[in-house]
Amino acid sequence: MSLLELHDVTARYGASQALFGVDLALAESEVLALMGRNGMGKSTTVKAICRMIPAGGTIRFDGRDLARLPSHRVARLGVGLVPEGRRCFRDLTVRENLVAAARPGPWDMARVTALFPRLGEREGQVAASLSGGEQQMLAIGRALMTNPRLLILDEATEGLAPIVRQEIWAAIARLRTETAMAILVIDKSLSELRAVCDRAVMLERGRSVWTGDMASLTPEIAERYVGV
Amino acid sequence: MTRERLFNALLLAGLVLVPLAAQAADEPFTITLATRAVILALAAVGLNIALGLGGLVSLGHAAFFGIGGYAMGILASHAQSYAPLAEWPILIEGTKSMPVIWLVAILASGLAALVIGALSLRTSGVYFIMITLAFGQMFFFFTISWAAYGGEDGLSIYVRNGFPGLNTLAPLPFYGLCLVLLCAALWLFDRLAKSPFGLALGAARQVPARVAAVGLDPTRLRLVAFVISGAITGLAGALFADLNRFVSPAMLSWQMSGEIMVLVILGGVGRLFGPVAGAVVYVTLEHLLGGITEFWHIFLGLILLGIVLFARGGIVGLVAGRGGGHD
Repeated sequence: MSLLELHDVTARYGASQALFGVDLALAESEVLALMGRNGMGKSTTVKAICRMIPAGGTIRFDGRDLARLPSHRVARLGVGLVPEGRRCFRDLTVRENLVAAARPGPWDMARVTALFPRLGEREGQVAASLSGGEQQMLAIGRALMTNPRLLILDEATEGLAPIVRQEIWAAIARLRTETAMAILVIDKSLSELRAVCDRAVMLERGRSVWTGDMASLTPEIAERYVGV
Repeated sequence: MTRERLFNALLLAGLVLVPLAAQAADEPFTITLATRAVILALAAVGLNIALGLGGLVSLGHAAFFGIGGYAMGILASHAQSYAPLAEWPILIEGTKSMPVIWLVAILASGLAALVIGALSLRTSGVYFIMITLAFGQMFFFFTISWAAYGGEDGLSIYVRNGFPGLNTLAPLPFYGLCLVLLCAALWLFDRLAKSPFGLALGAARQVPARVAAVGLDPTRLRLVAFVISGAITGLAGALFADLNRFVSPAMLSWQMSGEIMVLVILGGVGRLFGPVAGAVVYVTLEHLLGGITEFWHIFLGLILLGIVLFARGGIVGLVAGRGGGHD
């Protein structure tokens, strides 16, 4: 059975409809790439999963319908979100950001700082004073501290220096090999996605238009739906 | 030691030493003034939990202050008249025991905060301010029409309530009790601010959606803070009524809510000792300027204007620098 299942999901922002029918399924321990050009509905799909916006269709997590749940209950079921733009708690220190999110489980301060040693070095520093890359690591660490079963990374490497991007991708690769966590990655870096993901779903104009494993994701398909 | 800690230590030392010096100089009125400052500081520490930690601008905290006051007034008046509060289904008699009165004040105001908070926290921003004000006014007009307990005239208590082993009628022991309770509330504020709960509450003030995304319900966090806040302000109300041996609807007026908020803003929103500094300055100004003109609030207004415009961390921020609280 799939851990996460979306069937014919629709969503709108006021009068304008953003999702017209998204289908995707993600199994336990699977790493899935959600891809598409800008404005095709990737982040809206994430917001719909996390119940940050109302959505039509069916969204199930671990067999449970998320339709009536508030956002925080979805997170408690085990959906950890690393939001686009990082959105750390700016006035709190690194440690406080992590402690505020902590829920019981294998992920604790020690394990997060082992994954991102830089966070350990900057433990007492307020989030607002961190570099973009460090804030991204903190956002991932914060999501891990909730001990999720599904980690959603929304544009986790966007706008970062190449060397920091490498660090983030290396951490994602470690999560894939060292944990049983399912991961949903939204990104445009095809080569990196190929290295860490099992399958991909392409979105176009608010619809899922292609689903397949990474081996069958040909350059033609990538060019057509992502433009790379 | 940081400048803020040094300032806090000096302020606390002043609160201990000034009444002792006043006692030695046989000036009980100074002790009464200090007691008033400490009790108002306690009420403001309560508000500081909602306002400083949770970012909840409540203009209805006088309701909790007054509920605490009336808890004391009702229990003590029944003890005074030997008439029970209720005979059915169980016999409830009045009491003059301070610990019991404090407990009732905390429970009653905490319960009121739970109900008011559960309804008010569905809104935010200016609507939250208005709905808390509306609830405050509702309680205010209720007490005005509550003839059994003095209505508009209020309720006088002839004897100060007792505390085991202390002569509470003497100003210094009563002051000591109030100071201990203020220190306990400050300790609680500090623990709350540093706890995961306090951190999450602070985070909910900044980005509520992200707090929900890590599995915490921002509304529940705020409600818990609001209840603790209301309960502490209620306790202060009980002490205030005991200090004056009088409780009246004025304790629940919207001006009282504003006064408590002024104390927090004057001292420094979110700062541990902000409400204490605010209350000490407020009561001192009230005493000094109030002796010169009855329109002393004009000067208070000018000072507040200066603080808001030029020292947004309040008095504590002015002395210790920015960084601890928030504006």
